[in-house]
Amino acid sequence: MSVTDIQLQQDTAGHDDHHDDHEHAQSFVTKYIFSTDHKTIAKQFLITGIFWALLGGILSVIFRLQLGFPEMQLEWLRPFLGQWITPEGQLDQEFYLALVTMHGTIMVFFVLTAGLSGTFSNFLIPLQCGARDMASGFMNMLSYWFFFLSSVVMFVSMFIETGPASGGWTIYPPLSALPQAMSGSGLGMTLWLVSMALFIVSTLLGGINYITTVINLRTEGMSFSRLPLTIWAFFITAVLGLLSFPVLFSAALLLIFDRSLGTSFYLSDIYIAGEALPHLGGSPILFQHLFWFLGHPEVYIVILPALGITSEIISTNSRKPIFGYKAMIGSMLGIGFLSFIVWAHHMFITGMNPFLGSIFTILTLIIAVPSAIKAFNYITTLWKGNIIFTPAMLFSIGLVSFFISGGVTGLFLGNSVLDINLHDTYFVVAHFHLVMGSAAFFGMLAGVYHWFPKMFGRMMNDKLGKLHFWLSFVGIYMVFFPMHYIGIAGFPRRYYAFTSFDTFSGFADLNALVSIAAILTLGAQFIFLFNFFYSIFRGKLAPANPWKSNTLEWTTPRFPEHGNWPGAIPKVYRWAYDYSKPGAKDDFIPQTVPYSHTPESNLDHENEEAKNEDLTGVEKSE
Amino acid sequence: MTGEVVLKKGIRAMHPQKFGLWLFLISVVMIFISLSSAYVVKKSVGDWVYIDFPQMFNITSVIIILSSISMHYAYLSAKRNNIKSIRIGLAITGVLAVLFVIGQLQAWGELVESGFHFVGNPASSFVYVFSGLHIAHLFGALVFLGVVLTNSFQYKVHSKSMLRIEMCTTFWHFLGGLWLYLYLFLVLNN
Repeated sequence: MSVTDIQLQQDTAGHDDHHDDHEHAQSFVTKYIFSTDHKTIAKQFLITGIFWALLGGILSVIFRLQLGFPEMQLEWLRPFLGQWITPEGQLDQEFYLALVTMHGTIMVFFVLTAGLSGTFSNFLIPLQCGARDMASGFMNMLSYWFFFLSSVVMFVSMFIETGPASGGWTIYPPLSALPQAMSGSGLGMTLWLVSMALFIVSTLLGGINYITTVINLRTEGMSFSRLPLTIWAFFITAVLGLLSFPVLFSAALLLIFDRSLGTSFYLSDIYIAGEALPHLGGSPILFQHLFWFLGHPEVYIVILPALGITSEIISTNSRKPIFGYKAMIGSMLGIGFLSFIVWAHHMFITGMNPFLGSIFTILTLIIAVPSAIKAFNYITTLWKGNIIFTPAMLFSIGLVSFFISGGVTGLFLGNSVLDINLHDTYFVVAHFHLVMGSAAFFGMLAGVYHWFPKMFGRMMNDKLGKLHFWLSFVGIYMVFFPMHYIGIAGFPRRYYAFTSFDTFSGFADLNALVSIAAILTLGAQFIFLFNFFYSIFRGKLAPANPWKSNTLEWTTPRFPEHGNWPGAIPKVYRWAYDYSKPGAKDDFIPQTVPYSHTPESNLDHENEEAKNEDLTGVEKSE
Repeated sequence: MTGEVVLKKGIRAMHPQKFGLWLFLISVVMIFISLSSAYVVKKSVGDWVYIDFPQMFNITSVIIILSSISMHYAYLSAKRNNIKSIRIGLAITGVLAVLFVIGQLQAWGELVESGFHFVGNPASSFVYVFSGLHIAHLFGALVFLGVVLTNSFQYKVHSKSMLRIEMCTTFWHFLGGLWLYLYLFLVLNN
């Protein structure tokens, strides 16, 4: 058995805690490109996400030009769009649909799912849980590169002759299933599906890693009741992704079979140009059920990480413990659970049984309860706090504002009766752009401003950050507030032009205003881009803990090496929100400070806990 | 090292990789749950045909149960450090898996002969999708099995190094159970 015993040595060596806190000799390729380090992968996700966000924003401004100024000469866009500008200098009608579709796909999946979760789950889970890296660095690397591949495929699809997918980001069949239905349902749609399949693989690889790391690799003392809310949010988000993305895979798989192999899962009784298609026995509603079973959890996959980031930032910059820590966790769990049983509120007008509709109405409206708890807790955390208005804080407060004003209209839309009027109007567009679009986007920006010093070791410019905030905040309200009125007036979404309807002529000015505001808002993002890239190289050097925050990531060196902490991983002795604790000498007590070192501020039960603390490896701070 | 990590205070936690495998299995379950419910929803819409399931599916069901038994035999042998029977058990499992796949393809042939094509009424398309996706996952398991078999020849599978074979066994039993569920589901909902 001597041979097998040697193998035992090799196997157990892998479980040593300190095996990778020493420096590895790394080439450029393994350090910056095919890196297995979670911090590098997070930055890769962030940069790719920023690229997509910029592209998605530009696409939206192009179609806003069409909507706000339908008569405008767009000849000057020909160098970029080529044949998509008609000989009369107008936007091609099918390309308008492609623009809307790609804007939705890019923003929902590539920016707010991969860019947001991918960046901050990767960056913060090991750092805030106290782990050397993700459970599997290799899988984590694969997750990014599958996302990259998926991005490349989606990007390429925009440059093919027949154009990218154009059936809306929800790709409902039969429009998306029949290549002869529109030019975008040809090769563009195929590439969309390929790209999405790769994207699902990336999300699952990432999600499995996030969940495993949170459950298995927390440092000593980091119980679930001491986890920062950011980690709770990423954890619940990953669970939602793990349960819902496979369903999108199923939906896409059957759609691929319908498109390429001639099956009839979603197709039946279709005539094109007077000719009957051979497809029989399918149901397009089936696709909607499958799609929205993913699609609804997906909007929470987008917003929950942003809410988690906001919890952390608002608490830190109010210098107060987060109000209702357990209620925050409970409401996130509640939102996560409910997100799986409300999908049919996207389908009220598909001819579903009205009784079933009323059940989904009630379930949908129940989501208002945990959402309101969260909004209430943010506001009460701010109440009487010593608020420090950093750019991250401003964006977090902006998120809360969007979350409330966008959430209120959710109550309208969740009613099956009102939805008959409002379905597929600009009211819906305004609703989700505020509550999950802009809110999640602000969460992402808040996260970038807040953790930039840890990511790049330098500070972003504060004044430019504030300018960026105010322009974006005002701009976004100017875009989406008027849009509610446009929606109530009956404007359907995804229409190329409204010029041929007399009813709508009175709203042309409002549409023009929205478009101008959209252009200004996009313009404001360039302030951020400049600030971001300039600060990476020239920003002021960041101190170890610039926001005087409690969480573990600020105990690492300015440039954490692979393995995050030189020496042992710090132990955790308290929750993450001991800000302005009465009696304490500072207004924050990091998680690594034991209760036995802070007798002046301990509560009674904490004094009891202090007696049983294991203090090996902790030096007294004074 | 039976696939568990011993934490400092003597608390035993599941090995991260093993935990990851279970999460992966959950996502596979979600694929098949969603397809099952799609099947039920589609059936309730009407316009449905009834399938005569080929005899071959009964035979392949027996084969996959046998492969689970041989897999478990290999696992138990590893626990008892019986290096030779690990290899035999794993090899038999691999052969049975290949037979299973051949049997499934045979069954497809029988389906086609009795007029239930992949293209046509979704009722018959679903049968191909279910069994095809199952085979796709089985290929993944076969690769994993190959890795473990190679390891066993390098003396890397024994009672102190059980992680890989444990994970492989879990995956294998899961796929066996999955097929039995799918077959039962199809027959009962026909």
